[in-house]
Formats: sequence, structure tokens, C-alpha cells
Amino acid sequence: MEENSPQSHRGQKEIYKHEIQNEYPILIVGIGNTYRSDDAVGLCVAQHLKRLAFDSVYVIEESGDGVTLMESWKNADTVILIDAVHSGAQPGTIHRFDVHTQTIPTKFFHYSTHAIGVAEAIELARALKQLPKNLIVYGIEGKCFEAGIGISLEVEKAVVEVMMRVKQDIHNCSPRKYTEYH
Amino acid sequence: MKSRTIKVDYLARVEGEGALYVKIKDDTVVDIKFKIFEPPRFFEAFLRGRTFHEAPDITARICGICPVAYQMSSVHAMEDAFAVKVDGQLRALRRLIYCGEWIESHVLHVYMLHAPDFLGYPDAIQMAKDHPDIVHRGLQLKKIGNEIVALIGGREIHPINVRVGGFYKVPAKQELSLLAERLKWARDAALETVRWTATLNFPDFEQDYEFVALRHPEEYPFNEGRLVSNKGLDISVHDYDNHFTEEHVQHSNALHSVHKGRGSYFVGPLARYNLNFDKLSPLAQETARSVGLSDVCRNPFQSIIIRSVEVLYACDEALRIIEQYEKPDKPAIEIQPHAAVGFGCTEAPRGILYHRYRIDDEGVILDAKIVPPTSQNQKTIENDLWQFIPQHIKLPNDQLTLQCEQAIRNYDPCISCATHFLKLKIERE
Repeated sequence: MEENSPQSHRGQKEIYKHEIQNEYPILIVGIGNTYRSDDAVGLCVAQHLKRLAFDSVYVIEESGDGVTLMESWKNADTVILIDAVHSGAQPGTIHRFDVHTQTIPTKFFHYSTHAIGVAEAIELARALKQLPKNLIVYGIEGKCFEAGIGISLEVEKAVVEVMMRVKQDIHNCSPRKYTEYH
Repeated sequence: MKSRTIKVDYLARVEGEGALYVKIKDDTVVDIKFKIFEPPRFFEAFLRGRTFHEAPDITARICGICPVAYQMSSVHAMEDAFAVKVDGQLRALRRLIYCGEWIESHVLHVYMLHAPDFLGYPDAIQMAKDHPDIVHRGLQLKKIGNEIVALIGGREIHPINVRVGGFYKVPAKQELSLLAERLKWARDAALETVRWTATLNFPDFEQDYEFVALRHPEEYPFNEGRLVSNKGLDISVHDYDNHFTEEHVQHSNALHSVHKGRGSYFVGPLARYNLNFDKLSPLAQETARSVGLSDVCRNPFQSIIIRSVEVLYACDEALRIIEQYEKPDKPAIEIQPHAAVGFGCTEAPRGILYHRYRIDDEGVILDAKIVPPTSQNQKTIENDLWQFIPQHIKLPNDQLTLQCEQAIRNYDPCISCATHFLKLKIERE
């Protein structure tokens, strides 16, 4: 089992996870492994969103370890997760789940036979009543999950679309009028 | 003639990819294969040509659950080769980071992977619906382990601060003191964990195992000691290859380790406990006795209690180390490489982890040998099933399958490590 070290940034300023307080009530988590081809697509979306540096939005990258995920969203009101999925749909297909109204199919976000992944973390948090008020999950259908760096063309096309939809979610969920800095 | 097979294609709640295949003919077990099909990972081969100081970071990548064990066995092997002794607070910090790894690895297994078997749940998520407070306690306890590893090792998974000779950077006393209050909570939670696991129902199952673990004159073993067993083994780590050998079996991508002339042996928490009970802290000893354990436990199903006792010990030991900590002047001892062979064996959460390296005058690795705990326990796991299944042969296939899986999980096998290895199939004719 190999996992990547998560990097936490907001704009140029590094903030550690335990410092997240409600000053960033919206948390965006890009999930993936840079060295597993299309698995990196969630990280890619997060990296683009970081550059936009929204006010009251905190963007982090994670490897997908469920316990770490549950810990990271502890203080956020709204959490948006973006991860690659392998469900058999056309590469680049965007799946969107509102966790409070839908159950996530465990096989969608298969992580490990041992550790708990995204779907398990969500269901565990639901059982423990530790879900954030709003939790939206984007799954981007990947094509290749082999060892290597680089995202397939079909999958990369979904990045911009997911970004647009996340921006709309941020707008809908923002407790105060949000500002975007370019 | 009636035959049936029990087959689990992907064993759940174990690390890596493995399977179990059991064939039963007229209520007699005729074949058992504990298969490891996770592909071989060739770590030993690609360590060749790398320099000695790269070994801790390369080998840590073998496992995301026990990277500290790989780092520790490799640094000790290198220091053995170059006749360097790391002592004092640097040595204490090594024990502290190992405490962190034991806590996170053991707590994950006790609460998330093994407890659902005893309580009749398919997984920890279903268990959490009925026992939210217990699962919540497990998650909080695991987190303390992660925090220790992150503080000493630079990050939670695959720490990057360990080097041959010591560390790249050592923490200030105040940084460690901040952990102490939380560790006191963890120690209480670990004590509750021992009491809770002791209330579970255990199948009556004991075998005449040869337990093998490190033993150190002054402490419960993490990093150093002689290799001892309950059947008279007492050797230096240097003599490991003279006493143990690895065999290839056709159904597994992981080599089976055997004690030459004797066969299978048992490593891990039970072995450590049975051979080192007297070295546990007074609190850990007292707690073990209070829940009805004696100083020897031969039932692998009770490994869940022993793991919990070791978590309690690790919290206690971490607090002791933090209390006595003074920041060392230098984070590491300088190393001058020369041609040599070095041996290292430390106690990974799942048992002894052996490393041997041959180094040239420039400090380049000429060859490497790594024997992880799961390779060493594989044969014992199969032997357990040969004994366990006949006792439960009348059970319907689905129940028998679950019990076989539970018997495998007694060992918390780490398949990724073993292939540097689980599926399950029971066939009845």
C-alpha cells in the first residue's frame, strides 16, 4: 500500500489541517494518487481551484484514506470531494452525489481491502453522525489507473466542467457573498 | 461421495490481495491453500546499486501501515554494518515513533478489521451503527498513533525524517509535551479497549506453536534484542539465516519462511507477549491479569486482546519517553561507510522484520534480503486452518467461510509486505 503525502495550501499560504476553523466553512478535497494516471484527476481539479483562491473556501489534496478524510472535514459546514472513479461508464463521465440524499456505491471508490476509503468513510461518518451539513461528491470516470504520470485526454476534458459545477456549488452553499481572486 | 469447496476470492479486511481455497471431501479436509497473488514487488532487487542511506526511505514504501518498521530494520542493519551505536535520546525517539506505529496499526486492526468478526458484522460501518461509541473511541485512539508518527517522522504515512544514524530533525521537548495530555487519554482508552476485547467470545483453539520474538534484557522489544523462542532458540540477529529459510510454494507469490529442521513458527503480538510478559509495564501486566490472561496465551483468536495490551503498553511507554526526553545536541551520528554486511531485526506490529544488506566501500548496496512477518506466519496460518476446519466441518459453507476468514485475520496478515501478499475458496465434493 502506498499513499501520497497530502499537501495543504490555500493560495500561497500553507495552513495545517488542524488549524481549519469555521473561517473556511467550505472545504474542497481533491483525492487521488499523482502516480496512478487518471487517479490524479481529483488532485488536478483541486490544484486549479486553489489558484482561484475563493474567500472562505479551503482547498486540500488527500490520498483518500478515509480516517484522514473524516478528520479533515470535522470543522467544515460544506464539503465537496472530487475523486476518480471506475464504474464502467465512459471515461470522463461526471457522477455527482449529494450524500444526504444518496448512498455512495462502495465499489465506485474502491481504495483497499484493508484501509477505509472514500465511500466507507462517508458511510462510517453517517453511522457515527459525523457527516458535515452538506457533502457533495464528484466522481470522474477514469480510463487508466496504471502506474504513471498524466491524465487521459477524455478524462482531462471533464476537469473544466467539474470546476464550473463546483463553483456553482460554492455559490449556492456560501454563507456570505463569495469573492473570487484572480 | 459429497464434496464441497470454500472459496474466498478476495479476502476482505486484510492488507493486500490474497485468497483462501479449501477443498472438503466427505467431511474431510483434503486441500487448503492460503494464496497470495498480489504481484511480487522486487524491492530486494532494486535496492541493489542504491546507496546505504536510501534504504530506509525505499523500504518504507513496502508498506503504508508499517513503514516505521521498515525504516527501523534498515537503519539498524546499516548501523550494524558500519559498527555504529545510536543511543540515548535518539534511541528513545526511535522507540517513540515505533509506539506511534504500533498504536495506529493495532487499533485499526482491533476496531475496524477484527472486532466485526467477533460481533457478527460484515464490516466496521455496520458495527458503527450499533456501537458508535466504541468505533468512535477506536478512531480517536488510532489518531494519537498517527500524531506521534507525524511529529517524529514528518508525516503520518511513509515518514521521511528517519535516517541511518538517527533523524534529520529532532523535536523540541515542548512539542512532545503537547502530546502527553492526549496520550494520557489514549492510555485510558487503551485500558478500556483491553477490558472490552476481553468480553468477546473466543473459540476454544490452542496449538503447540513455536513462538519467535525479540527479547531484550531491559525492555519490551521494539528495536533490539536476541531472537528467542519458547522451544529453546536463543540467537543473535546475525545468525538468522543459519536458522530460518524461505521456501517457494506454487500457490503463493510470497515465500514461506520455516525454522530449519522444525517447520512453521509464529511471530507477532502473541509471540512477543508470551516471550516478554515480564517486560511489559506494570500497568499493562496488571490490566492483562485483571481480564483473566496469564503470562502465556496460545489462542490466536485472543490476539485481539493481546494487541490491545500492546496498545496500552505503547501509550505507557510513549508517556515515559516523553517525560524523560531532552532534545539531543545532534539529530544524527555521522556515518562512514565501508565494505561490510549488516543485519537488522525489529518488531513490526505483525512480528519480526529481518533485513540484511551487503555494502561496498562506497556505501553502495550490493544485495539485500528482507523477510517480513507475514511471510513468516503464512505456514502457521495454513496449519491453523488444517486444525480449525475439521472442528467446525458441520457448519454451513457461509458460516465456515466467515470463521476461516476470522482465523486468518488473527494474524493481521499484510499481503503487500509479504510480496514485498488474500481471496478465500472452500470446495466440498
